[in-house]
Amino acid sequence: MREAMQIQVNGEQRDYRIGLTVGDLLRELDLKQERVAVELNLEILERAEFDRRNLKEGDRVEILSFIGGGAGPESRANGGLSPCTTIA
Amino acid sequence: MHDDRLIIAGREFRSRLWVGTGKYKDFAQTKLAIETSGADVVTVAVRRVNITDRSKENLLDYVDPKRYTILPNTAGCYTVEDAVRYARLARAAGVSDLVKLEVLGDEKTLFPDTAGLIEAAKILIKEGFIVLPYTNDDPIVARKLVDIGCPAVMPLAAPIGSGLGIRNPYNLKIIMETVKVPIIVDAGVGTASDAALAMEYGADAVLMNTAIAGAEDPIAMAEAMKYAVHAGRLAYKAGRIPRKLYATASSPIEGML
Repeated sequence: MREAMQIQVNGEQRDYRIGLTVGDLLRELDLKQERVAVELNLEILERAEFDRRNLKEGDRVEILSFIGGGAGPESRANGGLSPCTTIA
Repeated sequence: MHDDRLIIAGREFRSRLWVGTGKYKDFAQTKLAIETSGADVVTVAVRRVNITDRSKENLLDYVDPKRYTILPNTAGCYTVEDAVRYARLARAAGVSDLVKLEVLGDEKTLFPDTAGLIEAAKILIKEGFIVLPYTNDDPIVARKLVDIGCPAVMPLAAPIGSGLGIRNPYNLKIIMETVKVPIIVDAGVGTASDAALAMEYGADAVLMNTAIAGAEDPIAMAEAMKYAVHAGRLAYKAGRIPRKLYATASSPIEGML
C-alpha cells in the first residue's frame, strides 16, 4: 500500500503522507493560518475548514498571502497564479 | 485637523495620504517609510507564498494590521476573472471586505480597462465587497462606478509609476464636482507638489507608492508627502484667492506722502 501521495503546492509537485489535511500542510510549511488564503482545486477555503479538509493525490493547492505592492506589475515579484497574465 | 476625518463606507481614516508597500529595499525600510508618511491605509498585493525559502519574513510582521487598514489590491490582473479571483483570495487572507480593484488594460500603460473594471466591481459588490476602484480620469466612468455602489473612486493622476503628476487636472475637477463620494487620486504622483495640487483641487486623499519608494531617499520623501498632502488639504479648505491678470496692492494708499 502506498503511504505517500503527490500534490501540487504553488505549482510544485511534492510528496506528502496520505491523510494530510490543509491545516497539516500549513504547519509543515511553517505558515501561520491567519496570514494566508488557501485555494484547493480552485475553491477558496474558509479558515475553519483547514483542519477538516483532507488532501488527496493530484490535488492542486495554492497558498497566498499579502506582499509589498502598490499597483501594477512590480508586485508580481513573488509569483502569481498561473491563469493570471504574467509579466516578465 | 483632527476633526477633518475621511469617512468611506462607514470607516474613519485619520490620514489623507495612503501608501503602497512595493519597491522598497526591505521590510524595515517599508515600515519606516510608512511610519514617517503618517499614512493609516496601506495597500498590499496578494501573491503565492514562497514555500521553498524557510527564511521568509512576512510583510505583516512589519506592517501591523491592528495599526493600519490593510487595503489589498488586485494589481497585475488583466481580466475580470483574475481580478475577482484575487479579490476573493485577498478577503480569505485578510480580515475585511475592502479591496482596491484594478483591472488593467495593457502592460505598457497599465491604464485601467474600465469596461472590465465596472463588470468586476458589480460582481464583487454583489458578494459584499467594499470596492475602491482604480480608474481612469474619466468622469463618466467615475459616475458609473458610484452608481453601481462603489463608496469611493480612485482616478489616476498619470500612469502607475510614471511620476508625471496630474496630466488632466480639468477632468479630475469634473470628477470631484460631479461625484458625491470621496475621490482618492491614485498613481502617477512624482513629487510633493503633485500631491499638494491634487489635494488643492479637492481630492479627499492621495495614494502613492513609487513616488516614495523610488525616491533617492524614500524616508525623506515620505515626510515631504505627509506635509504636501496636509498643506494641500488646508489650502483647499481655506479657499484660494481668484487668479487675476493685474496687480492688486496689498498696502493701503492712504497716509502716503
